[in-house]
Amino acid sequence: MTTFDFTFYAFSILTLLSASVMVFSKNLIHCAVGLLFAFFGIAGIYVLLAADFLAAVQVLIYVGGILVLLLFGVMLSQRIAGVNIETGTLQFIPALLVCGVVFAILTHLALKTRWSLMPLAEMAPTSRTIGNLLMTEYLLPFEIISILLLAALVGAAFMARREAR
Amino acid sequence: MQELIASILAGENFLSDVPPVLITVVFMSAAGLLFASLAAINALIAVYLERKVSAHMQDRLGPMEVGPHGTLQTLADAVKLLLKEDIVPQNADRFLHTLAPFLVFAAAIGALVALPYSSAFLFANFDIGVLFVISITSLTVIAIIIAGWASNNKWSLLGGMRSAAQIVSYEIPTALALLVIIMQVGSLNFQQIATAQTGWFWHWHVFQFFPFNLIAFLIFFVASLAEVNRTPFDLPEAESELVAGFMTEYSGFKWAVFMLSEYANMIVVTGVGAAVFLGAHQSPFGNFMNGGVWGVFWFVGKAYGLVLVQIWLRWTLPRLRVDQLMYTSWKVLTPFAFACIFAVGLWMIL
Amino acid sequence: MTPVGLPHFLILSAALFCLGLLAVISKKNAVTVLMGVELIINAANINFIAFSRYVDNDLDGQMFGVFVIIAAAAGAAVALAIVLNIYQRMKSVNLDEADSLAG
Repeated sequence: MTTFDFTFYAFSILTLLSASVMVFSKNLIHCAVGLLFAFFGIAGIYVLLAADFLAAVQVLIYVGGILVLLLFGVMLSQRIAGVNIETGTLQFIPALLVCGVVFAILTHLALKTRWSLMPLAEMAPTSRTIGNLLMTEYLLPFEIISILLLAALVGAAFMARREAR
Repeated sequence: MQELIASILAGENFLSDVPPVLITVVFMSAAGLLFASLAAINALIAVYLERKVSAHMQDRLGPMEVGPHGTLQTLADAVKLLLKEDIVPQNADRFLHTLAPFLVFAAAIGALVALPYSSAFLFANFDIGVLFVISITSLTVIAIIIAGWASNNKWSLLGGMRSAAQIVSYEIPTALALLVIIMQVGSLNFQQIATAQTGWFWHWHVFQFFPFNLIAFLIFFVASLAEVNRTPFDLPEAESELVAGFMTEYSGFKWAVFMLSEYANMIVVTGVGAAVFLGAHQSPFGNFMNGGVWGVFWFVGKAYGLVLVQIWLRWTLPRLRVDQLMYTSWKVLTPFAFACIFAVGLWMIL
Repeated sequence: MTPVGLPHFLILSAALFCLGLLAVISKKNAVTVLMGVELIINAANINFIAFSRYVDNDLDGQMFGVFVIIAAAAGAAVALAIVLNIYQRMKSVNLDEADSLAG
């Protein structure tokens, strides 16, 4: 087993275990911590796929931004601080069956398709290339997503403010 | 580090029969342990420095009993903290209560690895160096929220949320101030940022593009003070405010880990400031006293110089209130940082 | 054991997708459903980047990944604002109780 394989299996076990904790735990904060480790595992997978810039962006935005938002959301949507936060499930067995079927179909697809694989390129740093692409080929999506972010920022701040009724 | 492992794996030595995975894992773990112990040594020195400097500023002597001039005082404190009983509050979440200090520690060590200590030997020369350090330090926010929650204490929760809001708000001026320099260098790689500052000290980034880089350095320094919860931004830890904020229910070894990571975080932010603005491991006298080993001396010296300034500020300035803190970040530092980026961008084009 | 290739990454992302799907369709709390949605988005992102590395020779998949992360952040912010609004009105984040539009 090469180092690459070992690292892949280590990170995927970390990700899958944390995601399972996230799905099967009753305590909301445990779900959030599971999500935290899942995000880190996914960042490790990105590094294995030669996407170093994306791994750093993943940690920065998901862990440093979205997870903080989720934790604040968890804490601000409970009645009294200190009460044990529990979350229940509905119709767990049918949901498990549906997800099992979806997983089986996707795995079958992944294993049976004859992918047209290109020869693997050297693992090169991607920051410079991504920066160039953002300013040349992908300029329009870049501008549109800036406007989207502005709209989301203003909208979220407006919606979540405490109105004087 | 990568070259060391590659050379061991390539050559014919007594380690040839060992599977490469094992060699990589062992060396990486050894490097991690080395950095953990370096962080502990740094905490020993920094705590002693803080106590002595604050004492002399307040016209008293500080620790003098244990060891010559009190040098072994921090060691004695560390031993005491290790032997203390580990108390977890009654209805608190035991697992999260133990996890939080180690998450903060992991974030601090992870960032320490990527700094440019010298031109010759490095642990990790990431091409995304600066971005990596910024993203790893954002793990601290989560760990503080978890610490505040897991203590099952209203004051801890409030302190944790306040501290998280503070760190998240001040990440923006920090990143924007660093962006000013990254624009000039054209790379996120710490070694390239260091190489762009070769020469005498007036080649350092803080003296170029006068006065915008200087303003960027000041913005970075002030914002990084808030990142590590130092005065004047230490409301979450202030004793007269929320007992000890998110650290209230922590005692013994876990509190020692929190303190260790706080001082390690101080070195991380001053290290990044020294690397990006003050010429990393370059000597201020051009080629005199420049080289592999001298590089470590200069880098650590510059980082500790900034730490001394941080200690000085702590014992001189009063604390900011929470709304003043937020006002400073969003209405003062961020607009000035944007103005600096705009001005330097214009200057570079024209 | 075969060396790690494209199918391994695809199976990993399929597993993450199914775990996220499980969270979305079987959880009562709105914030947990949001966490499941984030897992689904991340699983799709892994797919993009895996294809970019193994099947494509340039960085189109990674560019898509950057935009997916940004759009997910915007979506999470707005979704949490909605959840907080629901909590302020109904004093509960149980999704079953948010049915005032139902006929």
